[in-house]
Amino acid sequence: MSLLHLAIISPLILAIFIPSLHKRAPKIHTGWFLLPLPVLLFGYFLSFLPGVINGEAAMETLSWIPSLGIDFSARVDGLGLLFALLITGIGALVVLYSIYYLSKEKEKLNQFYVYLLLFIGAMLGVVLSDNLIVLYAFWELTSFSSFLLIGYWNYRERSRYGAQKSMLITVFGGFSMLGGIVLLYLMTGTFSVSETIAMAGEIVGHDLFIAVLLCILLGAFTKSAQFPFHIWLPDAMEAPTPVSAYLHSATMVKAGIYLVARLTPVFAYEGLWIWLVAGFGIITLFWGSFSAVKHTDLKGILAYSTVSQLGLIMSLLGLGAAALHYPEFENGFYTVAITAAVFHLLNHATFKGSLFMMVGIVDHETGTRDIRNLGGLMTIMPITFTIAVIGSFSMAGLPPFNGFLSKEMFFTGMLRAQEIGFFNMDTLGILFPIIAWVASVFTFLYSMIIVFKTFTGKFQPEKLKVQKPHEAPIGMLISPIILVSLVVIIGFFPNIVSPLIEAVMASILPTLLAAGMEFDVHIYHWHGFESPELWMTIGVVIAGILLYKFMPRWTGIYTRMPERFSLNSAYDHGLAGIQTGANRFTNAYMTDSIRTYLIYIFAFFVLILGATLITKNAFALDLANVAEIHAFEVVLVVIIAVGSVSILFAKSRMTTIILLGAVGYAISLFYAIFRAPDLALTQLVIETISVALFLLAFYRLPKKWHHERMKFKVSNAIISVGVGLIVTLIALSAHSSKAFESISQYYVENTYTKAAGENMVNVILVDFRSFDTLFEIAVLGIAALGVFTFIKLRMSRGKEQG
Amino acid sequence: MVDTFLYIALFAISIAMSGLIYRVVKGPSVPDRVIALDGLGINLVAVVALLSILLRTSVFLDIILLIGILAFIGTVAFAKYLEKGEIIKRDRNL
Repeated sequence: MSLLHLAIISPLILAIFIPSLHKRAPKIHTGWFLLPLPVLLFGYFLSFLPGVINGEAAMETLSWIPSLGIDFSARVDGLGLLFALLITGIGALVVLYSIYYLSKEKEKLNQFYVYLLLFIGAMLGVVLSDNLIVLYAFWELTSFSSFLLIGYWNYRERSRYGAQKSMLITVFGGFSMLGGIVLLYLMTGTFSVSETIAMAGEIVGHDLFIAVLLCILLGAFTKSAQFPFHIWLPDAMEAPTPVSAYLHSATMVKAGIYLVARLTPVFAYEGLWIWLVAGFGIITLFWGSFSAVKHTDLKGILAYSTVSQLGLIMSLLGLGAAALHYPEFENGFYTVAITAAVFHLLNHATFKGSLFMMVGIVDHETGTRDIRNLGGLMTIMPITFTIAVIGSFSMAGLPPFNGFLSKEMFFTGMLRAQEIGFFNMDTLGILFPIIAWVASVFTFLYSMIIVFKTFTGKFQPEKLKVQKPHEAPIGMLISPIILVSLVVIIGFFPNIVSPLIEAVMASILPTLLAAGMEFDVHIYHWHGFESPELWMTIGVVIAGILLYKFMPRWTGIYTRMPERFSLNSAYDHGLAGIQTGANRFTNAYMTDSIRTYLIYIFAFFVLILGATLITKNAFALDLANVAEIHAFEVVLVVIIAVGSVSILFAKSRMTTIILLGAVGYAISLFYAIFRAPDLALTQLVIETISVALFLLAFYRLPKKWHHERMKFKVSNAIISVGVGLIVTLIALSAHSSKAFESISQYYVENTYTKAAGENMVNVILVDFRSFDTLFEIAVLGIAALGVFTFIKLRMSRGKEQG
Repeated sequence: MVDTFLYIALFAISIAMSGLIYRVVKGPSVPDRVIALDGLGINLVAVVALLSILLRTSVFLDIILLIGILAFIGTVAFAKYLEKGEIIKRDRNL
C-alpha cells in the first residue's frame, strides 16, 4: 500500500477512532481531532502540484481482485488533483466552520464527524480512482454518507424526506452508471479509466456505445443535480449548513461534473454526447436560475443557484468537447469552453462555499433564514455582509471578482457554439448564447436578492427568534473569509491558477495534447470594447437591475404555474403511485385463498407443460412395447374410474370416504395383478388406516359441514381436465420414447448372490437403496411426533381457561 | 383348461364386484355401503386367490389373510362408528 492509497483511505481509518475519541475527551470539541487530517491531506496533495503541472501523472496500484481485473489503482493527474485539492481544502475549512457552528452539548458530534469523514474518504476515492469499479464503490459511498448527513437531524420529518429523496435519486443514477461501466467493460475488456481512454477511438462505432453513454450520463446527471434530477438538491438543504456548504455546493454535486470531464475523451467523439451534456446543462442553468428567484429561504436560493451553476459547468464541458472534433483550430477556439468550465468549477467552489457559510452565520445569529424576516443586518454584521457581497457579486459575474472572469469566458464559449458545424449546431446553436444570457440575468437577480434583502432595508428585530443579533464569533468567520479572499485573489490575479487549469485540461483533452497542441491559458479582465462578451455582461447588469427594481410587478408569473405540474409533485406522486400500484397489484393476486393459489399452480402447470409439448413437438405415441390388455384389468379400471368419478358427485362426505376406500382397495388389486405383493400388502393396510383417520376427522367437523355437496365451477373443471390430460399425454409420450434399457437386470442377478435375499423389493429397500428407507422412517417419525405435538401441546389452552 | 375356468370365475367375481360398487355408490343408506364394502373385501380375497393360481405363485397368500383381517376390522370400525359416533372410546383415566 502506497502513501497515496493511505491518503485516500485515511479519513475512513480516522472515522473508526472518532467515537472513542469523542467519548474519551468530552471536553474538547470532536472537530478539533478531525481538523489536522484534511489540512495534512491538502498539503500532501499540494506536493503533487509541480509534477502534475509538468504533465506527469502519479499512478499507484494496489491489487484487490486481480482475477476480475479490479484493482485499487489511484491516479493523480490534473483533473483528479484539482478535485482532491478542493475536497481537502474546503473540507478543512468546513470542519473548522462546523466546530463553531455545531454545539458541543446539543449535537451528536461523534455521528456527524464519522459521516463527514466517510464522505471525505469516499470523495477522494471517486476522484483519484483509475478503476471504474472502485470509482463506483466510492461513488455509492458518497451517496450513502450524503444520505446520513442530510438525515443528520433525523427527528425532523423534512430531514428524513430529503435524505430519502436524495438517496433514491442518486442511487438510481449510480446504479445506471454501474450498468454503463459493465457495458463499457464488455466493449473494452478493462476497467481502467486510462486504458479505456486510450481505446476511445476503437469503440465509437460499437453497438453498445450509445447505451453506455446514456447510462453513464444518467449517473452523472443525477449526482450533479441536472434537470430534471435536480429536485433532490433543494430538499437536501435540511442538512446542517456545513454539510450543505461542503457536499451540496463544493464537492459531491461535482462528482457528476468530474465523471463527465473524466470520460469526455471516451465519449465526446459521439455527437449525442455533446448535445446531451450541453443541452441538459443549459436547461439546468436556466431552470435553476429561474427557480432560485422565487424562493424566500436563503438556503433554497443557494440550492437552486448551485443547480444552475452546475448546469453552466456541464454545458461548457459539453461544448468544449467539440474541440476534439476540430483539433486543427488554433488558439483554443473551442477549448476555451473547457477552460471556462474548469475555472468556474474552481470559482464556484470558493464563492458558493463562502455563501453557504454566510447563510449559516445569519441563521445562527438571527434564528431565521427567511428573507422576508431579515433585513438591515449590514451594520450589525459587517463582516458577514462583506462576505456576502463578495460571494454574491462573484456569483453574479461582476468585476473584479473571479465569477466575472469565468462568466466572460462562459459567454465566449457559448458564442462559439453556433460555429460548430455539425449535429445541427450551426442552426440550433444560436439558442445557447441566448439562454445563457437570460439565465445570467436571473443569476444576477437572485445574487442581488441574497445581498440586499438580507442586509439592507429595515431591521425587523420583532420577527427574529434571537433577540439581539450580533456579529458571529471569529472562529466561524475564518473559513468564509479565507474563501472570499480566494475569490478576490483569483479575481485579481487569475493567472496564478492557470498552470493548474492547463494541467486539468490536459487530462480532459488528452488526445489534443498528444496531437501537439499546448494549452496556454491566459485569463484577462479586459477584452476590449469590441468584444461582445463585455456588452453581454453590461446587458445582464442593466436587465438585472431593472428586473430587481420592478420585482413585485412580475413575480406573479411564479404562481401562474400550478404546483401540480412541478417536478417535485411528479416525484411525490410517482413515489406514492408506485407504492399504491404495487400494493394494488399484490392485493389483486394474493387473495389469501388456497383455492386461488392452487388454480395458479395448476394453470401454470398445464400451460407450461402444454406449451413445451407443442413447441418441442414432444408428443409421441408408440404402441410397440405395450402389453396385452386382459378383460379383468378392464373391469378393474372401470371400477376405479366409476369410484373416482362418483367421489365428485357424492352427496355426503361419508360416501366420499367409503368411495375413496373402495378406490384404494381396487388399486391394491392392481398391485396384485401386476405382481407386486409387498405393495399390495402395504396398500391395503395403509388404505384401511387412512379411511379410519378420515372417519375420525369427519366426526369432528362442525355440523353445518356434514352434508354439503361440492359446488361446480367451470374454471375448476377446465383446469382439472387439463391437468389430467397433460399428465396422460406426458405419460404416453414418456412411455413411447424410452431412451435406454432399465437397470433392473442388475438387481435380478445380484439380489441373492450379493445381498443374500430372495425378495427383491425388500432387498432393494434395505440393502441396495437403504438410504432412502432410513429417511422415510425419519419422515414417519416426524409425522408421528408432529401429530402428538399438535394434539398435546396447546399453548392457548391456559389463556382460554385463565 | 384350468386357466379358462379361472378366467370365467374371475369374470363372475368382477361382475359381483361391479354390483357391490354400484351399491356403494348408490347407497341409499350408509350401512348399505358398509356392507357392500365388506362384500368387496371378501370378493377381493377370492380375486387374489384366483390370481395367485393364475400366476402360479404363492406370494399372494399373505394378502388373502390380510384382507380378511382388514375387512373385519374395517367393518367393525364402521359399525362402531355408526352405532356410537366414535371408533376408539376415550378413556379419561389415562
